[in-house]
Amino acid sequence: MQFGLLAIIFLFSYHLVPHSEASYFWRLPPLLKDIPVWINTLLDNLMFQWFAVDVWDPVWKEYEPKSVFRIITRAIGSAILFLIILIRELFLGGTQTIGALFSDAMLSTNKWLYWPALPWTAVVAGAAILGYQLQGIRLALLAGIGVGYLCVFGQWEPSLETLSFVLVCAPICFILGLGFGIWGYLNRTVEAALEPLLNCMQTLPHFSYLVPVMVLFGIGDHAGAVATIIFATPPMIRLTILGLRKISPDIVDSGLMSGCSKFQLLFRVLIPTARTDILIGVNQVIMQCLAMTTIAAFIGARGLGFNLKVALNSLEIGKASEIGLCVVLIAVILDKYSLAWANKQKDYFSDLNFFQRYRPYIGFILLTLLAILLAYIGALYFKDGINYLYYVPFDKGFTISPFIDAGIDWFWEAFFPYLNGFNVWLITSVLVPMRDAYLGMPVISTFILVMGAGYIVGGVRSAIVVGGLILFIALSEYWDRALITAYMATFAVLISAVLGLVVGSICAQNRFTSKTILSVCDFFQTFPSFIYLIPVILLFGITDTSVMIAAIVYAVIPATRYTVEGLNSVPISLHEAATMSGVSRLQRWTNIELPLALPHIMLGINQTVIFALFMVILGALIGTIDLGQIIMGALSKKGGAGIGLTLGIFVSFMCLAVDNLIQTWAKERKKLLGID
Amino acid sequence: MPSNESPTTDQQPVIRCDSVFKIFGDKAKEMLAGVDGSNVDTKAFQEAGCIVGVNNASFDVARGEKLIIMGLSGSGKSTLLRCISRLTDATAGRIFIEGQDLLAMTNKQLIEIRREKMGMVFQSFALLPHKTVLENIAFPLQVKGVRTQESIKKAMDMVELVGLRGRENYFPRELSGGQQQRVGIARSLAVEPDIWFLDEPFSALDPLIRKEMQDEFLRLQSVLNKTILFVTHDFDEALRLADRIAIMKDGVIEQLDTPANIVLNPATEYVHRFTEDVPREKVLRIESVMDPVNSSEVLSNLKVSKDAIIETVAEAVLSEQNPVPVTDGEGEVIGVLHPSKVIHVLFGGRASYPKQ
Repeated sequence: MQFGLLAIIFLFSYHLVPHSEASYFWRLPPLLKDIPVWINTLLDNLMFQWFAVDVWDPVWKEYEPKSVFRIITRAIGSAILFLIILIRELFLGGTQTIGALFSDAMLSTNKWLYWPALPWTAVVAGAAILGYQLQGIRLALLAGIGVGYLCVFGQWEPSLETLSFVLVCAPICFILGLGFGIWGYLNRTVEAALEPLLNCMQTLPHFSYLVPVMVLFGIGDHAGAVATIIFATPPMIRLTILGLRKISPDIVDSGLMSGCSKFQLLFRVLIPTARTDILIGVNQVIMQCLAMTTIAAFIGARGLGFNLKVALNSLEIGKASEIGLCVVLIAVILDKYSLAWANKQKDYFSDLNFFQRYRPYIGFILLTLLAILLAYIGALYFKDGINYLYYVPFDKGFTISPFIDAGIDWFWEAFFPYLNGFNVWLITSVLVPMRDAYLGMPVISTFILVMGAGYIVGGVRSAIVVGGLILFIALSEYWDRALITAYMATFAVLISAVLGLVVGSICAQNRFTSKTILSVCDFFQTFPSFIYLIPVILLFGITDTSVMIAAIVYAVIPATRYTVEGLNSVPISLHEAATMSGVSRLQRWTNIELPLALPHIMLGINQTVIFALFMVILGALIGTIDLGQIIMGALSKKGGAGIGLTLGIFVSFMCLAVDNLIQTWAKERKKLLGID
Repeated sequence: MPSNESPTTDQQPVIRCDSVFKIFGDKAKEMLAGVDGSNVDTKAFQEAGCIVGVNNASFDVARGEKLIIMGLSGSGKSTLLRCISRLTDATAGRIFIEGQDLLAMTNKQLIEIRREKMGMVFQSFALLPHKTVLENIAFPLQVKGVRTQESIKKAMDMVELVGLRGRENYFPRELSGGQQQRVGIARSLAVEPDIWFLDEPFSALDPLIRKEMQDEFLRLQSVLNKTILFVTHDFDEALRLADRIAIMKDGVIEQLDTPANIVLNPATEYVHRFTEDVPREKVLRIESVMDPVNSSEVLSNLKVSKDAIIETVAEAVLSEQNPVPVTDGEGEVIGVLHPSKVIHVLFGGRASYPKQ
């Protein structure tokens, strides 16, 4: 009813306001267009002016004024870089770490000072043994075969580059996240201060971190790592606070009565009790780290992400698929490892002898020796070229990409008319009209719609919050671009929501299908977001359609998951009560299940919006003309930091506006229904 | 109660509460400043935005005594227990544990006393979900710094004591409610505390399991002889287990006495409402219904102890033709029991119980 009235007013304003550049009802003046400049000036000051001290420059042989801030950031950067290289050289061999620890001079005089690479066979054995030790034969097989794939397909080197990245970033994220989480838990003020910051950080698109980080930390693996850490820490903080807050007060009391000191209470009672949520946090951290690999490649991080970016840019789908599979495998294996490690049980009673106790280590050493032996045999066999039993170099391994490419070519030839027909139809009769409709919307109508919805849902407060967020964007010179982003996201969200609702509802009808669909969702959520772009480019080339479909596929996951969860949480007694009142299945669904599950489902839609927006922005990777494109463009521009960050904040504000509306609605609705 | 006892005598109460108040609310302290030594007016406090949890509680618990705090939800019974275990700080009053002022203790002393002297069982079990039965029980020992091997050995003894042998490597989620509470009990006893707090330990259990756990509790206490503070909302449970019962309402202790005295002489209307449906034969001892010895009467050959609960001897007494002599601990006859009195207790009107 209220929403109907709102729609009528909206349509009126839409048609009444003249489309003239002079009218403020049509477009607001770009009063805030200087924000990027301010940000740039700020960064500039930090890096070059702030607390300048004279530092001896050994190259130019003179003192040079450097900002303290710059010295700090560079120091952090080199520390991270050192760790990354240390891990890489541990596996791949090299001299840089030894050089850093001792001196380069020592290296040149002592030729034997060289850490050799591990034979790939030993790496596979190590992964399998670790898997076996953590969980059992199944994880051993998964890890062994997965790592075996990386090695045999010649992706071991970029994979390890990516892995070293994750191995350095994830622990830092974990410690930072846990630290801030605990601080927030202990101190309400800190939590209140963290809340909006986390909201904003979690909705900032990946890209927008890049330029500021580049300015502060330079270019290279360490900059990529810093961007990754900034991106991956917020969910960890959030889940830590959530997990700790959920602990029942009795557990805290029981810990106290067991005589725990503050420290013991925290680390032996609270954190282990909240471990489920904290583990989800660790999981998220790992996933986010992997998701960032491609994006971090823009500021010089090496590894799979970089190769994938190159392959995507040159449309080598076969190669991109192989690399994509590597990322997915690493994600899945790390995911399983971390879960198994957390669930591992300690055995107090077994009386182990030396051999039994150190069996995995002994096994690994023996297998490594065997692998080295194999490598020597290989050296005899593969006389001049590459010793495949020792190390498979990048791009020299086994590959099936020609087959994939051939398959795609065949597919294209066979189905091109249909695919293209669909593509052209979608673009000309759906997407373009929709985009024009969005662009033809006077700014006043947008405000009526958004603030009206805010007022209906959460009263004046919501209306002002949402309006304020949108006003910020409207006062910039990027309003039209924002509208394009909004149109793409809206389209993707609508389709995903409908799909998710339908699939979720069907699957929620029985226990087996519910479980299946939830594990499917789990599985697809381990994929880093950009992986979804590979198959769609294959089908639809570089068009808006591709981005849309990727966004829909990606965003349908939370919609489905929350629908299933929401419907399953409707109490059985209500089902039975409904059945006894004689409703049909469909009636039960529309009258009982859906209304009760709707608040939870809407939280899923909330996620869907954020996922869709992220994917639309990520679409810039393959070329779209919305905000994402400018953010990416800012990477290569002088003074791009300001633009990148500002636009990122715009996207974040769009997310936050939707988030505010949906969260408020769901909360009110839940209160009304008396759910939790 | 004499208040000038020296803190070293054996007669010294293990727990002593002296005008303990717990008032929730920002203005609690200033509101209390005007009150001195008497109960506060709950209504007046409520208007000022304060909620009275415990209102002027004073009592002692002797060594080896089972004191049960009984009250309905919101009566402040759990709050009182939390004050005495100092999980929450009392707003006013003093609490002594073996003569030591609990409220004056530093955090370090508090941890020390909890590690050495106190054990607590919770209604929701409050087991650590990530630890096995054994690890849960060993936990208080481990935080104390006992070596892993030793703590596990001790915990194994406790597993044995509560009858969970064979389940020591289970996780709490794999156990039934009764079994989980056995773990909770074992954990609270692992450090061999002198004082045992139980906060509605059996309220979350099924009636049959509850009965079984009550028996278990009595069995353990007969072996261990702890000083016990036990909170429950179940009056029957209190009658069954208590040496003395404190009945609370709205933060005030309405009556504190032995089960028999509470049933016989309810101090207030509120207490009377609990006691009126209690089967008297289950709480009253022979002593309370016997008559003085009258030499002209012919007594039966059966003899009953003055401490016997009526229910346990009723059948035998009613089968006799003549009144039954009542003996004290030394076997001296100190009174006679007329069957008519027993019949009255068993079948007589509830309103007219024999006054002492």
